[in-house]
Amino acid sequence: MTPQALLSRVLSEDRGRLLAALISRVGDFQRAEDALQEAAASALVHWGRAGVPASPTGWLLRAALRKAIDGYRRDTTLARHRDAIAVLAEEEAAEPDPQTVPDDRLRLIFTCCHPALEEKTRIALTLRSLCGLTTPQVAAVFLDVEATMGQRLSRAKAKIAAARIPYAIPGPEDLPERLNSVLTVVYLIFTAGYAQGPATGTDLCDEAIFLARLLQSLAPDQPEVEGALALLLITHARRAARMRQGETVALSDQDRALWDRALLNEGLAILDTATARRRPGPFQIKAAIAALQCQTPADWPQIAALYLGLYRHETTPVVRLNLAVALAEAGSLPDALAILAALEASLTDYQPYHAACAEYFARAGDLTKAHAAYDRAVALATPADAAFLSRRRAHLAKKKAEHDARPSPTGRYEGTRARSSSLREFK
Amino acid sequence: MKYMLTLYAAPEAEPAYGTPEFDAMMGEYFGLEEKMKDTATFLAGEGLQPVQTATTLRKRDGRVETMDGPFAETREHLGGFYLIEAPDLDAALRFAAEIPAARYGSVEVRPVMEY
Repeated sequence: MTPQALLSRVLSEDRGRLLAALISRVGDFQRAEDALQEAAASALVHWGRAGVPASPTGWLLRAALRKAIDGYRRDTTLARHRDAIAVLAEEEAAEPDPQTVPDDRLRLIFTCCHPALEEKTRIALTLRSLCGLTTPQVAAVFLDVEATMGQRLSRAKAKIAAARIPYAIPGPEDLPERLNSVLTVVYLIFTAGYAQGPATGTDLCDEAIFLARLLQSLAPDQPEVEGALALLLITHARRAARMRQGETVALSDQDRALWDRALLNEGLAILDTATARRRPGPFQIKAAIAALQCQTPADWPQIAALYLGLYRHETTPVVRLNLAVALAEAGSLPDALAILAALEASLTDYQPYHAACAEYFARAGDLTKAHAAYDRAVALATPADAAFLSRRRAHLAKKKAEHDARPSPTGRYEGTRARSSSLREFK
Repeated sequence: MKYMLTLYAAPEAEPAYGTPEFDAMMGEYFGLEEKMKDTATFLAGEGLQPVQTATTLRKRDGRVETMDGPFAETREHLGGFYLIEAPDLDAALRFAAEIPAARYGSVEVRPVMEY
Protein backbone atom coordinates (compact mmCIF):
# COMPACT_ATOMS: atom_id res chain seq x y z
CA MET A 1 0.00 0.00 0.00
CA THR A 2 1.36 3.43 -0.89
CA PRO A 3 1.83 5.96 1.93
CA GLN A 4 -0.90 8.07 0.30
CA ALA A 5 -3.41 5.21 0.26
CA LEU A 6 -2.52 4.18 3.82
CA LEU A 7 -2.91 7.74 5.08
CA SER A 8 -6.34 8.08 3.46
CA ARG A 9 -7.42 4.83 5.03
CA VAL A 10 -6.13 5.70 8.49
CA LEU A 11 -7.77 9.12 8.36
CA SER A 12 -11.09 7.79 7.15
CA GLU A 13 -11.13 5.18 9.91
CA ASP A 14 -9.46 7.02 12.77
CA ARG A 15 -9.77 10.75 12.18
CA GLY A 16 -12.49 11.19 14.82
CA ARG A 17 -10.53 9.21 17.35
CA LEU A 18 -7.30 11.09 16.66
CA LEU A 19 -9.03 14.44 16.78
CA ALA A 20 -10.78 13.60 20.06
CA ALA A 21 -7.51 12.47 21.64
CA LEU A 22 -5.75 15.60 20.40
CA ILE A 23 -8.41 18.06 21.58
CA SER A 24 -8.29 16.62 25.07
CA ARG A 25 -4.51 17.08 25.15
CA VAL A 26 -4.13 20.30 23.20
CA GLY A 27 -7.15 21.88 24.87
CA ASP A 28 -8.25 23.72 21.76
CA PHE A 29 -10.43 22.47 18.91
CA GLN A 30 -8.90 24.57 16.13
CA ARG A 31 -5.29 23.99 17.18
CA ALA A 32 -5.93 20.24 17.37
CA GLU A 33 -7.42 20.21 13.88
CA ASP A 34 -4.53 22.25 12.46
CA ALA A 35 -1.98 20.01 14.16
CA LEU A 36 -3.60 16.88 12.74
CA GLN A 37 -3.58 18.36 9.27
CA GLU A 38 0.11 19.27 9.55
CA ALA A 39 0.90 15.80 10.90
CA ALA A 40 -0.87 14.24 7.94
CA ALA A 41 1.15 16.37 5.55
CA SER A 42 4.44 15.34 7.12
CA ALA A 43 3.31 11.71 7.22
CA LEU A 44 3.23 11.69 3.44
CA VAL A 45 6.82 12.91 3.24
CA HIS A 46 8.13 10.84 6.12
CA TRP A 47 6.42 7.56 5.31
CA GLY A 48 7.54 7.85 1.68
CA ARG A 49 11.14 8.28 2.77
CA ALA A 50 11.52 6.18 5.91
CA GLY A 51 8.83 3.61 5.34
CA VAL A 52 5.42 3.08 6.86
CA PRO A 53 5.37 2.94 10.71
CA ALA A 54 4.05 -0.07 12.63
CA SER A 55 1.18 1.97 14.04
CA PRO A 56 0.24 4.74 11.63
CA THR A 57 -2.43 6.08 14.00
CA GLY A 58 -0.01 6.27 16.93
CA TRP A 59 2.57 7.92 14.67
CA LEU A 60 0.03 10.55 13.64
CA LEU A 61 -0.93 11.25 17.24
CA ARG A 62 2.66 11.87 18.32
CA ALA A 63 3.47 13.91 15.24
CA ALA A 64 0.36 16.02 15.80
CA LEU A 65 1.30 16.59 19.46
CA ARG A 66 4.68 17.90 18.29
CA LYS A 67 2.97 20.10 15.72
CA ALA A 68 0.68 21.46 18.43
CA ILE A 69 3.70 22.33 20.61
CA ASP A 70 5.24 24.09 17.61
CA GLY A 71 1.97 25.90 17.06
CA TYR A 72 1.90 27.20 20.64
CA ARG A 73 5.57 28.23 20.37
CA ARG A 74 4.93 30.16 17.15
CA ASP A 75 2.16 32.06 18.87
CA THR A 76 3.28 35.55 19.80
CA THR A 77 1.49 35.43 23.15
CA LEU A 78 3.79 32.61 24.21
CA ALA A 79 3.60 33.43 27.91
CA ARG A 80 -0.06 32.46 28.04
CA HIS A 81 0.66 29.03 26.65
CA ARG A 82 3.60 28.02 28.81
CA ASP A 83 1.46 25.60 30.82
CA ALA A 84 -0.09 24.06 27.73
CA ILE A 85 3.34 23.47 26.21
CA ALA A 86 4.65 21.87 29.40
CA VAL A 87 1.73 19.46 29.54
CA LEU A 88 2.05 18.57 25.88
CA ALA A 89 5.81 18.11 26.05
CA GLU A 90 5.38 15.69 28.92
CA GLU A 91 2.68 13.85 27.03
CA GLU A 92 4.83 13.64 23.93
CA ALA A 93 7.94 12.52 25.80
CA ALA A 94 6.03 9.80 27.64
CA GLU A 95 5.82 7.84 24.39
CA PRO A 96 2.43 6.32 24.93
CA ASP A 97 1.97 2.87 23.51
CA PRO A 98 1.53 3.72 19.85
CA GLN A 99 -0.88 0.83 19.41
CA THR A 100 -3.44 2.37 21.69
CA VAL A 101 -4.79 5.78 20.95
CA PRO A 102 -7.13 6.51 23.86
CA ASP A 103 -10.74 7.00 22.87
CA ASP A 104 -12.01 10.45 23.85
CA ARG A 105 -14.76 10.59 21.27
CA LEU A 106 -17.55 10.60 23.84
CA ARG A 107 -16.25 13.87 25.26
CA LEU A 108 -15.91 15.24 21.75
CA ILE A 109 -19.51 14.43 20.82
CA PHE A 110 -20.83 16.07 23.99
CA THR A 111 -18.89 19.20 23.08
CA CYS A 112 -20.07 19.19 19.45
CA CYS A 113 -23.70 18.77 20.55
CA HIS A 114 -23.59 21.32 23.37
CA PRO A 115 -26.88 23.23 23.69
CA ALA A 116 -24.97 26.53 23.66
CA LEU A 117 -24.44 25.92 19.93
CA GLU A 118 -27.15 26.35 17.33
CA GLU A 119 -28.73 23.05 16.27
CA LYS A 120 -27.48 23.26 12.69
CA THR A 121 -23.98 23.93 14.00
CA ARG A 122 -24.19 20.87 16.27
CA ILE A 123 -25.06 18.68 13.30
CA ALA A 124 -22.35 20.19 11.10
CA LEU A 125 -19.66 19.95 13.77
CA THR A 126 -20.57 16.33 14.55
CA LEU A 127 -20.44 15.33 10.88
CA ARG A 128 -17.11 17.10 10.43
CA SER A 129 -15.39 15.96 13.64
CA LEU A 130 -16.78 12.50 14.34
CA CYS A 131 -17.94 11.23 10.97
CA GLY A 132 -14.91 12.66 9.19
CA LEU A 133 -16.86 14.43 6.45
CA THR A 134 -14.91 17.18 4.74
CA THR A 135 -16.16 20.76 4.92
CA PRO A 136 -17.42 20.61 1.29
CA GLN A 137 -19.31 17.41 2.12
CA VAL A 138 -20.90 19.00 5.19
CA ALA A 139 -21.81 22.06 3.11
CA ALA A 140 -23.47 19.76 0.54
CA VAL A 141 -25.63 18.19 3.26
CA PHE A 142 -27.15 21.61 4.00
CA LEU A 143 -26.99 22.83 0.38
CA ASP A 144 -24.70 25.57 1.68
CA VAL A 145 -21.79 27.24 -0.04
CA GLU A 146 -18.52 25.76 1.20
CA ALA A 147 -17.20 29.11 2.44
CA THR A 148 -20.36 29.72 4.48
CA MET A 149 -20.12 26.30 6.09
CA GLY A 150 -16.40 26.84 6.76
CA GLN A 151 -17.23 30.08 8.58
CA ARG A 152 -19.95 28.39 10.60
CA LEU A 153 -17.52 25.67 11.69
CA SER A 154 -14.75 28.06 12.63
CA ARG A 155 -17.13 30.36 14.51
CA ALA A 156 -18.30 27.33 16.48
CA LYS A 157 -14.76 26.28 17.35
CA ALA A 158 -13.94 29.85 18.36
CA LYS A 159 -16.99 29.93 20.64
CA ILE A 160 -16.07 26.58 22.19
CA ALA A 161 -12.64 27.98 23.05
CA ALA A 162 -13.67 31.51 24.09
CA ALA A 163 -16.75 30.62 26.14
CA ARG A 164 -15.00 27.53 27.49
CA ILE A 165 -17.62 25.02 26.51
CA PRO A 166 -16.34 22.04 28.49
CA TYR A 167 -14.68 19.11 26.77
CA ALA A 168 -16.15 16.63 29.18
CA ILE A 169 -18.82 14.06 29.82
CA PRO A 170 -21.54 15.89 31.77
CA GLY A 171 -22.12 15.08 35.42
CA PRO A 172 -25.07 12.91 36.49
CA GLU A 173 -27.51 15.80 37.02
CA ASP A 174 -27.00 17.18 33.50
CA LEU A 175 -26.48 13.87 31.74
CA PRO A 176 -30.07 12.96 30.72
CA GLU A 177 -30.69 16.33 29.06
CA ARG A 178 -27.29 16.52 27.41
CA LEU A 179 -27.52 12.94 26.18
CA ASN A 180 -30.89 13.80 24.67
CA SER A 181 -29.26 16.72 22.86
CA VAL A 182 -26.62 14.34 21.41
CA LEU A 183 -29.19 11.72 20.40
CA THR A 184 -31.36 14.38 18.79
CA VAL A 185 -28.43 15.40 16.60
CA VAL A 186 -27.88 11.76 15.63
CA TYR A 187 -31.59 11.37 14.87
CA LEU A 188 -31.69 14.57 12.79
CA ILE A 189 -28.72 13.32 10.75
CA PHE A 190 -30.64 10.10 10.18
CA THR A 191 -33.88 11.79 9.12
CA ALA A 192 -31.96 14.08 6.78
CA GLY A 193 -30.48 10.97 5.18
CA TYR A 194 -33.90 9.36 5.07
CA ALA A 195 -35.35 12.35 3.25
CA GLN A 196 -32.57 12.92 0.74
CA GLY A 197 -31.12 9.43 0.22
CA PRO A 198 -27.44 9.14 -0.66
CA ALA A 199 -27.87 12.07 -3.05
CA THR A 200 -24.91 14.11 -1.85
CA GLY A 201 -22.47 11.21 -2.08
CA THR A 202 -22.67 10.79 1.69
CA ASP A 203 -25.16 8.37 3.15
CA LEU A 204 -26.29 10.22 6.25
CA CYS A 205 -28.34 7.25 7.46
CA ASP A 206 -25.13 5.20 7.63
CA GLU A 207 -23.34 8.07 9.40
CA ALA A 208 -26.14 8.31 11.98
CA ILE A 209 -26.07 4.56 12.62
CA PHE A 210 -22.29 4.73 12.95
CA LEU A 211 -22.68 7.47 15.58
CA ALA A 212 -25.40 5.59 17.46
CA ARG A 213 -23.25 2.43 17.54
CA LEU A 214 -20.27 4.49 18.68
CA LEU A 215 -22.33 5.99 21.50
CA GLN A 216 -23.57 2.56 22.49
CA SER A 217 -20.00 1.28 22.77
CA LEU A 218 -18.71 4.38 24.62
CA ALA A 219 -21.71 4.88 26.92
CA PRO A 220 -22.95 1.36 27.60
CA ASP A 221 -25.94 0.74 29.86
CA GLN A 222 -27.70 3.93 28.71
CA PRO A 223 -31.22 2.87 27.73
CA GLU A 224 -31.87 6.04 25.71
CA VAL A 225 -28.75 5.41 23.59
CA GLU A 226 -29.99 1.88 22.98
CA GLY A 227 -33.46 3.22 22.23
CA ALA A 228 -32.09 5.63 19.64
CA LEU A 229 -29.96 2.92 18.01
CA ALA A 230 -32.96 0.56 17.95
CA LEU A 231 -35.14 3.27 16.39
CA LEU A 232 -32.58 3.87 13.64
CA LEU A 233 -32.10 0.16 12.91
CA ILE A 234 -35.82 -0.64 12.83
CA THR A 235 -36.52 2.30 10.52
CA HIS A 236 -33.50 1.57 8.33
CA ALA A 237 -34.50 -2.10 7.98
CA ARG A 238 -37.57 -1.01 5.99
CA ARG A 239 -35.60 1.22 3.68
CA ALA A 240 -35.74 -0.92 0.51
CA ALA A 241 -39.53 -1.24 0.78
CA ARG A 242 -40.52 2.35 1.36
CA MET A 243 -40.36 3.45 -2.29
CA ARG A 244 -41.76 1.81 -5.42
CA GLN A 245 -41.12 3.39 -8.80
CA GLY A 246 -40.41 6.76 -7.28
CA GLU A 247 -43.53 6.72 -5.13
CA THR A 248 -43.77 6.50 -1.34
CA VAL A 249 -45.29 3.23 -0.17
CA ALA A 250 -47.40 3.25 2.99
CA LEU A 251 -46.10 0.98 5.71
CA SER A 252 -49.20 -1.22 5.54
CA ASP A 253 -48.66 -1.77 1.79
CA GLN A 254 -44.92 -2.45 1.93
CA ASP A 255 -43.47 -5.67 0.57
CA ARG A 256 -42.14 -7.21 3.76
CA ALA A 257 -39.85 -9.51 1.83
CA LEU A 258 -37.80 -6.40 1.11
CA TRP A 259 -37.28 -5.63 4.79
CA ASP A 260 -33.81 -6.30 6.16
CA ARG A 261 -34.67 -9.00 8.70
CA ALA A 262 -31.24 -9.10 10.33
CA LEU A 263 -31.25 -5.35 10.93
CA LEU A 264 -34.84 -5.42 12.16
CA ASN A 265 -34.15 -8.25 14.60
CA GLU A 266 -31.02 -6.52 15.87
CA GLY A 267 -33.05 -3.36 16.49
CA LEU A 268 -35.79 -5.28 18.30
CA ALA A 269 -33.24 -7.09 20.49
CA ILE A 270 -31.52 -3.82 21.44
CA LEU A 271 -34.91 -2.31 22.28
CA ASP A 272 -35.62 -5.28 24.57
CA THR A 273 -32.31 -4.70 26.36
CA ALA A 274 -33.15 -1.02 26.77
CA THR A 275 -36.67 -1.49 28.12
CA ALA A 276 -35.47 -4.16 30.56
CA ARG A 277 -33.49 -1.41 32.32
CA ARG A 278 -36.80 0.20 33.36
CA ARG A 279 -35.67 3.77 32.70
CA PRO A 280 -38.01 4.86 29.93
CA GLY A 281 -37.37 7.89 27.73
CA PRO A 282 -38.47 9.46 24.45
CA PHE A 283 -36.14 7.49 22.16
CA GLN A 284 -37.17 4.17 23.67
CA ILE A 285 -40.82 5.13 23.19
CA LYS A 286 -40.22 6.06 19.54
CA ALA A 287 -38.40 2.78 18.96
CA ALA A 288 -41.27 0.86 20.59
CA ILE A 289 -43.74 2.63 18.30
CA ALA A 290 -41.61 1.78 15.24
CA ALA A 291 -41.50 -1.84 16.41
CA LEU A 292 -45.28 -2.03 16.89
CA GLN A 293 -45.84 -0.53 13.46
CA CYS A 294 -43.92 -3.47 11.95
CA GLN A 295 -46.45 -5.97 13.26
CA THR A 296 -49.54 -7.09 11.35
CA PRO A 297 -52.06 -6.05 12.35
CA ALA A 298 -50.53 -3.09 14.17
CA ASP A 299 -51.69 -2.65 17.75
CA TRP A 300 -53.09 0.87 17.39
CA PRO A 301 -54.49 1.29 20.92
CA GLN A 302 -51.02 0.47 22.25
CA ILE A 303 -49.38 2.85 19.76
CA ALA A 304 -51.81 5.60 20.83
CA ALA A 305 -50.89 4.96 24.48
CA LEU A 306 -47.19 5.26 23.60
CA TYR A 307 -47.72 8.56 21.77
CA LEU A 308 -49.54 9.84 24.83
CA GLY A 309 -46.47 8.86 26.87
CA LEU A 310 -44.15 10.49 24.34
CA TYR A 311 -46.17 13.70 24.56
CA ARG A 312 -45.15 13.99 28.21
CA HIS A 313 -41.50 14.17 27.07
CA GLU A 314 -41.99 16.15 23.87
CA THR A 315 -44.96 18.50 23.93
CA THR A 316 -44.84 19.20 20.20
CA PRO A 317 -47.66 19.52 17.65
CA VAL A 318 -46.10 16.72 15.55
CA VAL A 319 -46.40 14.27 18.45
CA ARG A 320 -50.04 15.30 18.90
CA LEU A 321 -50.63 14.73 15.18
CA ASN A 322 -49.22 11.23 15.49
CA LEU A 323 -51.42 10.65 18.51
CA ALA A 324 -54.45 11.70 16.44
CA VAL A 325 -53.52 9.24 13.68
CA ALA A 326 -53.07 6.42 16.18
CA LEU A 327 -56.41 7.23 17.84
CA ALA A 328 -58.20 7.26 14.49
CA GLU A 329 -56.66 3.91 13.55
CA ALA A 330 -57.59 2.54 16.96
CA GLY A 331 -61.22 3.41 16.24
CA SER A 332 -61.64 6.78 17.97
CA LEU A 333 -62.25 8.93 14.91
CA PRO A 334 -64.07 11.77 16.74
CA ASP A 335 -61.17 12.17 19.20
CA ALA A 336 -58.72 12.23 16.31
CA LEU A 337 -60.74 14.88 14.45
CA ALA A 338 -60.91 17.06 17.56
CA ILE A 339 -57.10 16.95 17.88
CA LEU A 340 -56.64 17.69 14.18
CA ALA A 341 -58.94 20.72 14.44
CA ALA A 342 -56.90 22.07 17.35
CA LEU A 343 -53.62 21.65 15.45
CA GLU A 344 -54.59 23.62 12.37
CA ALA A 345 -52.78 26.85 13.23
CA SER A 346 -49.50 25.26 14.31
CA LEU A 347 -49.13 22.74 11.45
CA THR A 348 -50.48 24.73 8.51
CA ASP A 349 -47.28 24.21 6.47
CA TYR A 350 -46.72 20.59 7.47
CA GLN A 351 -47.56 18.14 4.71
CA PRO A 352 -48.33 15.08 6.89
CA TYR A 353 -50.88 17.17 8.80
CA HIS A 354 -52.92 17.84 5.66
CA ALA A 355 -52.52 14.24 4.48
CA ALA A 356 -53.92 13.04 7.82
CA CYS A 357 -56.80 15.53 7.62
CA ALA A 358 -57.61 14.31 4.10
CA GLU A 359 -57.71 10.70 5.21
CA TYR A 360 -59.87 11.26 8.25
CA PHE A 361 -62.22 13.87 6.76
CA ALA A 362 -62.90 11.28 4.07
CA ARG A 363 -63.59 8.61 6.66
CA ALA A 364 -65.92 10.98 8.48
CA GLY A 365 -67.80 11.56 5.23
CA ASP A 366 -66.70 15.13 4.50
CA LEU A 367 -65.41 14.62 0.97
CA THR A 368 -65.17 18.28 0.04
CA LYS A 369 -62.89 19.10 2.96
CA ALA A 370 -60.95 15.89 2.32
CA HIS A 371 -60.29 16.92 -1.26
CA ALA A 372 -59.12 20.38 -0.23
CA ALA A 373 -56.77 18.83 2.35
CA TYR A 374 -55.26 16.55 -0.33
CA ASP A 375 -54.67 19.58 -2.53
CA ARG A 376 -52.80 21.29 0.27
CA ALA A 377 -50.81 18.14 1.11
CA VAL A 378 -49.77 17.57 -2.51
CA ALA A 379 -48.67 21.18 -2.82
CA LEU A 380 -46.36 20.79 0.19
CA ALA A 381 -45.05 17.28 -0.62
CA THR A 382 -41.78 15.96 -2.03
CA PRO A 383 -42.17 14.39 -5.52
CA ALA A 384 -42.34 10.84 -4.11
CA ASP A 385 -44.96 11.77 -1.52
CA ALA A 386 -46.86 13.89 -4.05
CA ALA A 387 -47.17 10.89 -6.37
CA PHE A 388 -48.60 8.81 -3.56
CA LEU A 389 -50.96 11.54 -2.33
CA SER A 390 -52.19 12.38 -5.85
CA ARG A 391 -53.20 8.78 -6.32
CA ARG A 392 -55.10 8.84 -3.03
CA ARG A 393 -56.78 12.06 -4.12
CA ALA A 394 -57.78 10.57 -7.48
CA HIS A 395 -59.21 7.55 -5.68
CA LEU A 396 -61.24 9.89 -3.48
CA ALA A 397 -62.48 11.89 -6.50
CA LYS A 398 -63.71 8.69 -8.14
CA LYS A 399 -65.63 7.69 -5.00
CA LYS A 400 -67.03 11.18 -4.73
CA ALA A 401 -68.29 11.09 -8.32
CA GLU A 402 -69.98 7.74 -7.65
CA HIS A 403 -71.47 9.13 -4.49
CA ASP A 404 -72.74 12.31 -6.14
CA ALA A 405 -74.39 10.25 -8.91
CA ARG A 406 -76.21 8.10 -6.37
CA PRO A 407 -79.27 9.58 -4.67
CA SER A 408 -78.38 9.33 -1.02
CA PRO A 409 -80.70 10.59 1.69
CA THR A 410 -78.01 10.74 4.33
CA GLY A 411 -75.17 12.14 2.30
CA ARG A 412 -72.81 9.93 4.25
CA TYR A 413 -69.82 8.49 2.54
CA GLU A 414 -68.37 5.24 3.74
CA GLY A 415 -66.31 4.13 0.78
CA THR A 416 -62.87 4.01 2.37
CA ARG A 417 -63.97 2.99 5.77
CA ALA A 418 -62.91 -0.60 5.39
CA ARG A 419 -59.52 0.37 4.09
CA SER A 420 -56.86 0.97 6.64
CA SER A 421 -54.79 4.08 6.87
CA SER A 422 -52.06 4.90 4.46
CA LEU A 423 -50.54 7.45 6.75
CA ARG A 424 -48.70 5.44 9.27
CA GLU A 425 -45.17 6.38 8.59
CA PHE A 426 -45.13 9.75 10.21
CA LYS A 427 -41.94 10.88 11.77
CA MET B 1 -12.84 32.13 33.68
CA LYS B 2 -14.94 35.24 34.24
CA TYR B 3 -18.45 35.47 32.83
CA MET B 4 -20.74 38.46 32.62
CA LEU B 5 -24.39 37.62 33.08
CA THR B 6 -26.77 40.35 31.90
CA LEU B 7 -30.42 40.24 32.87
CA TYR B 8 -33.13 41.35 30.45
CA ALA B 9 -36.84 41.53 31.17
CA ALA B 10 -39.97 43.43 30.24
CA PRO B 11 -40.86 45.57 33.29
CA GLU B 12 -44.49 44.40 33.27
CA ALA B 13 -43.36 40.76 33.42
CA GLU B 14 -41.65 41.25 36.78
CA PRO B 15 -43.51 40.88 40.07
CA ALA B 16 -44.78 44.29 41.19
CA TYR B 17 -43.10 46.12 44.06
CA GLY B 18 -44.86 45.57 47.37
CA THR B 19 -46.39 42.19 46.51
CA PRO B 20 -45.42 38.96 48.31
CA GLU B 21 -44.11 37.67 44.96
CA PHE B 22 -41.75 40.64 44.81
CA ASP B 23 -40.45 39.95 48.31
CA ALA B 24 -39.96 36.27 47.47
CA MET B 25 -38.01 37.22 44.34
CA MET B 26 -35.77 39.62 46.26
CA GLY B 27 -35.14 36.88 48.81
CA GLU B 28 -33.95 34.66 45.98
CA TYR B 29 -31.61 37.37 44.68
CA PHE B 30 -30.13 37.90 48.12
CA GLY B 31 -29.60 34.16 48.64
CA LEU B 32 -28.15 33.47 45.20
CA GLU B 33 -24.50 34.12 45.97
CA GLU B 34 -24.52 31.77 48.94
CA LYS B 35 -26.63 29.13 47.21
CA MET B 36 -24.35 28.93 44.18
CA LYS B 37 -21.00 29.22 45.94
CA ASP B 38 -20.03 25.64 45.08
CA THR B 39 -20.71 26.25 41.37
CA ALA B 40 -19.29 29.71 40.76
CA THR B 41 -17.77 32.60 42.64
CA PHE B 42 -19.74 35.84 42.80
CA LEU B 43 -17.46 38.79 41.93
CA ALA B 44 -19.94 41.60 41.45
CA GLY B 45 -23.56 42.22 40.65
CA GLU B 46 -26.09 45.03 40.74
CA GLY B 47 -29.63 45.80 39.79
CA LEU B 48 -30.25 48.90 37.69
CA GLN B 49 -32.77 51.72 38.01
CA PRO B 50 -35.60 51.59 35.45
CA VAL B 51 -34.78 52.32 31.83
CA GLN B 52 -36.52 55.72 32.01
CA THR B 53 -33.50 56.90 33.99
CA ALA B 54 -31.02 56.00 31.25
CA THR B 55 -28.98 58.49 29.24
CA THR B 56 -27.10 57.42 26.13
CA LEU B 57 -24.00 59.27 25.01
CA ARG B 58 -21.77 59.22 21.98
CA LYS B 59 -18.90 61.38 20.82
CA ARG B 60 -18.53 62.28 17.15
CA ASP B 61 -15.91 64.66 15.76
CA GLY B 62 -15.08 65.67 19.28
CA ARG B 63 -18.66 66.64 20.08
CA VAL B 64 -20.63 64.90 22.78
CA GLU B 65 -24.21 64.00 21.91
CA THR B 66 -26.55 62.82 24.62
CA MET B 67 -29.88 61.11 24.22
CA ASP B 68 -32.64 60.60 26.74
CA GLY B 69 -33.26 56.88 27.00
CA PRO B 70 -31.53 53.52 26.50
CA PHE B 71 -29.15 52.57 23.67
CA ALA B 72 -31.77 50.34 22.03
CA GLU B 73 -35.54 50.62 22.22
CA THR B 74 -36.63 47.10 23.02
CA ARG B 75 -39.45 45.58 24.96
CA GLU B 76 -37.06 43.78 27.29
CA HIS B 77 -34.60 46.02 29.08
CA LEU B 78 -31.25 45.46 30.69
CA GLY B 79 -32.12 45.36 34.36
CA GLY B 80 -28.99 44.13 36.09
CA PHE B 81 -25.85 42.08 35.87
CA TYR B 82 -23.60 39.59 37.59
CA LEU B 83 -19.89 39.09 37.17
CA ILE B 84 -18.88 35.59 38.22
CA GLU B 85 -15.83 33.37 38.14
CA ALA B 86 -16.71 29.86 36.91
CA PRO B 87 -14.67 26.87 35.74
CA ASP B 88 -16.53 26.56 32.43
CA LEU B 89 -19.66 27.52 30.51
CA ASP B 90 -21.72 24.75 32.07
CA ALA B 91 -21.10 26.14 35.54
CA ALA B 92 -21.91 29.67 34.37
CA LEU B 93 -25.15 28.42 32.79
CA ARG B 94 -26.06 26.63 36.00
CA PHE B 95 -25.64 29.90 37.90
CA ALA B 96 -27.69 31.77 35.28
CA ALA B 97 -30.53 29.26 35.55
CA GLU B 98 -30.93 30.14 39.24
CA ILE B 99 -31.38 33.88 38.63
CA PRO B 100 -35.08 34.77 39.02
CA ALA B 101 -34.98 36.93 35.86
CA ALA B 102 -34.37 33.74 33.84
CA ARG B 103 -37.99 32.77 34.59
CA TYR B 104 -39.75 35.93 33.38
CA GLY B 105 -37.04 37.37 31.11
CA SER B 106 -33.68 36.22 29.74
CA VAL B 107 -30.12 35.99 30.97
CA GLU B 108 -27.27 36.43 28.51
CA VAL B 109 -24.03 34.67 29.42
CA ARG B 110 -20.81 36.02 27.91
CA PRO B 111 -17.19 35.21 28.67
CA VAL B 112 -15.11 38.20 29.69
CA MET B 113 -12.16 39.02 27.42
CA GLU B 114 -8.79 37.98 28.79
CA TYR B 115 -5.69 39.98 27.89
